[in-house]
Amino acid sequence: MNKSVFFGALAGAALAGGVASAATLDDVKARGKLNCGVTTGVPGFAEPDANGVWQGFDVAVCRAVAAAVLSDPTAVEFVPTTGKTRFTALASGEIDMLARNTTWTFSRDVDLKFEFTGVNYYDGQGFMTPADLGVTSAKDLDGATVCIQTGTTTELNLADFFRSNNISYEPVPIETGAEAVQQYNAGACDVYTTDASALAAQRANFEDPSAHVIMPEIISKEPLGPLVRHGDNEWADIVRWTLNALITAEELGVTSVNLSEMGGGTNNPEINRLLGTEGDLGAMLGLDKEWAKRAIGVAGNYGEIFEKNIGESTPIGLARGLNAQWTDGGLIYSPPFR
Amino acid sequence: MTSIADHTVTRSKSSFKLSMLLNDTRYRSFTFQFIALIAIIAFMAFVGGNLVRNLAEAGLNISFQFLKDPAGYDINQKLIEYNSQMSHGRAALVGLLNTLIVAFLACITATVFGVVAGVLRLSNNWLVSKIMSFYVEIFRNVPVLIWILIIFSVMINALPAPRDFRGDEASASMVLFDTIAITNRGVFVPSPEFTNSLSVAEQDVAEDGSIVPAKGWQDFALIFGVLFLSWIAAKLIGSWATRTQEATGSRPTTWYILLAVWVVPLVAVLAFLGLTWDVPALKGFNFQGGLQLRGSLIALWFALAIYTGAFIAENVRAGILAISKGQTEAAAALGLRPRRIMGLVILPQALRVIIPPLISQYLNITKNSSLAIAVGYMDVTGTLGGITLLQTGRAIETILLLMLFYLTVSLLISALMNVFNNRMKLTER
Repeated sequence: MNKSVFFGALAGAALAGGVASAATLDDVKARGKLNCGVTTGVPGFAEPDANGVWQGFDVAVCRAVAAAVLSDPTAVEFVPTTGKTRFTALASGEIDMLARNTTWTFSRDVDLKFEFTGVNYYDGQGFMTPADLGVTSAKDLDGATVCIQTGTTTELNLADFFRSNNISYEPVPIETGAEAVQQYNAGACDVYTTDASALAAQRANFEDPSAHVIMPEIISKEPLGPLVRHGDNEWADIVRWTLNALITAEELGVTSVNLSEMGGGTNNPEINRLLGTEGDLGAMLGLDKEWAKRAIGVAGNYGEIFEKNIGESTPIGLARGLNAQWTDGGLIYSPPFR
Repeated sequence: MTSIADHTVTRSKSSFKLSMLLNDTRYRSFTFQFIALIAIIAFMAFVGGNLVRNLAEAGLNISFQFLKDPAGYDINQKLIEYNSQMSHGRAALVGLLNTLIVAFLACITATVFGVVAGVLRLSNNWLVSKIMSFYVEIFRNVPVLIWILIIFSVMINALPAPRDFRGDEASASMVLFDTIAITNRGVFVPSPEFTNSLSVAEQDVAEDGSIVPAKGWQDFALIFGVLFLSWIAAKLIGSWATRTQEATGSRPTTWYILLAVWVVPLVAVLAFLGLTWDVPALKGFNFQGGLQLRGSLIALWFALAIYTGAFIAENVRAGILAISKGQTEAAAALGLRPRRIMGLVILPQALRVIIPPLISQYLNITKNSSLAIAVGYMDVTGTLGGITLLQTGRAIETILLLMLFYLTVSLLISALMNVFNNRMKLTER
C-alpha cells in the first residue's frame, strides 16, 4: 500500500524534472540579463579592463545583442569559459549564447547540436617562434617541440599538418593560453601555435614583441563566430541578425557618429529598414523597431568595433585582411535587410 | 524428536503475523534493510532514467562508437605504437598506460620517502627528527596540485633550455661524462641498444659499414628472463646453505657463488645481444636519442611521491610507535644494535599496522595522478577525459569509462595489497 504511494510520488517527481524551456528570448527578458559565454581572457577579444568591465571584440557582440533585446548594453552577465567548459555551459542553458573564438566546424554544428549564427572573425592557425631560431617556414620545424592549447581544433590541425608534410614534432599540451605563453617564453617549447589573431594578441603583451616571428603559413581555416543552442530558431535569428546589422551598418556607412542623424530617416531605403524608420523588421524578430539602432549604438558598426579592439591602432595590431567588407576584397558579407 | 521439531515449526509458522515485521526484533532489521534496499534501487532507477530521458530529449544518445573513430591528435609520451590516425580507443589506452607508469613510479618512490622519513622522525638525533617533522608538515599541508605546479614551474624556469647547450660558448653542459642532459623539457638519459637485437630479423648497416643498433621488447624480455632464472638459482643456493647449516651447524660461504650466479649469465646475455648505449645528442631543435623523461612526468611523479610520502611517513611512525618499548629494550638486551633492532624486530611487527593505511595512500596516488593535465602530462584523464571528450563531445560516455577505469585499477591495487597484508599480518593461533 505504502509502496505504491511511494512510487507514485517518485513518478511525480520524475515528471516534474523536465528540460529547460526552449524560448530563450522569454527567459532573457524575464531575467533582465543576457548570459554570455566568453573566454577567460584573450587581449582584444574578451578581457576585463582595469575596472573589471569586460572589453573586446567578442564582448561587443554580447553587448549588441543585449542592447537589441533588453535595450541595455550593460545588462550582460559575462561567464568566462575554458575550451573544456564552453560547450557544456551552452548546452546546459547556463549561458544564452557563446561568443568565444569558437571555430565553426561540421561536428560542432551537427553532432554537438549548436547553431552558428555567422562569422565575426575569419582566422587561421599560425606558428610563432623566437626570431633567433632562424626558422622562416613552418615546414622547417622538423623535430620541434610545439606548445598547444589542449581541447581546441588547433590540436587536430597541427597533427594533420605535420603528418601531411611528413615531419615530426613533439606536442606539449597545455590547458590555457596564458600557461602556454609562459612555457614558450621559458624555452620549454620552440613553437607556439594557435589562431593567428591570438598569436598576435599574445605577442603584443611580450616584453620584446620583435624578438618573435609569426610564420607565413596559415595551416587551417578558422571561422570564428557566436553560437547558440539548436532548436530555438527565434533566438538564433536574433543573434544572427544582430551580427548582420553591425556588418551591414559598416557596409552602408552607418557609424556611431552619424547614427542618430541617419536614424531620423535617409534617402536609402535599406538604411531606413535597418534603423527601423521604414517597415518593421524588428517585429518579425519579436523585438521593437529600433533594435538594430540600439545594437549599433553600443560601440558603432563592425568596422569600428574591429578598429577599437584589435585593429592596427591597438597593441594587437591586426590588419583587416580577410575580415574586410566584401566590397573591399574581404569575406565579411551580410545578407540584405529586406 | 521429529515430532517435537515438526511441532515447533508449525507453531512458528502459524503464529507469524504481518505486524511482527515491525514488532518482532527477529524480523525488524530485515524489514528495514529491505525497505532501504528498495529505496536505494528506486532512487538509482530514478536518477538513471532521468539521465537517459533528458539525454534523449536533448537529442544525445549514449553510444560508444566514437572509440573506433580516428583520434586525430598526437600524444608525446607513448609506451605503445600510436599515431594520430589511430582510434580514440587506442589513444585512451596510451593514456591509461601513462597513468599506470606515473602511479607505479610514484608509489615506489613515496614508499621509500615515507619509510625513511617515518623512521628518522623517531630518531634520537634532535636535528634529524626535527627536519623530518618539518618535511612531513610542509608537504602534507599544502595541496598536491600546488606542489605539482611549483615543481613544474621551477623546472621550466630554472633549468636550461636545449638551445643553451648549443655552440662553443654554451651556457649549459651535459653531466656525467656528457651522457645525461638535464633541460627544462625533461631529462635525457642514455638508453640501451643492441647490435644483435632479437626485435629485427636483420640489422641495418650504416654507410660506414657499422651495424645500426636496434632494440625491442624481445631483448628486454630475454634479459628479464635471465635475471629471473638467476633469482631462482640464488634462492636455491640460499636454501641449500640453510639446510647445510641445520645439518652440520656451520653455514657454507656462498657470496662468491651468488655473485657468479647473478653476474655471469647477465654479462653473457648482454654480450650475446651486443649491448651499446644510445647517448642523447643535440640535433636540430632538441636532444635526440636516449630516453626522455619529460618534465611533466618528473614533476608529477616527484610531487605525488613527496606529497604522499609525508602521509606514509606518519603511517610508518604510527606503526613503529604501536610496538611496545619493551620489544626494543629486549632486543637491546640481546645485544642487537639500533639498526638491527629496527630492521629485525620493530619494522616486521610494525608492518601489520602500516600496510592497511598504506593501501589507501597507493589508491590516493593513483587517483591524484589525474591532476596530470595541470602540467600537460597525457594520462587517461588527459586523453580520454580531455581531448577525446572535447573533440567528440561525448561527455557522459567518456566520464563513465574513466570512472570504470579508476575503479578497476583501485580495486586491483586493493586486492594485491590485501594479499600482501594477509601474508604479513601476525599469524594468530
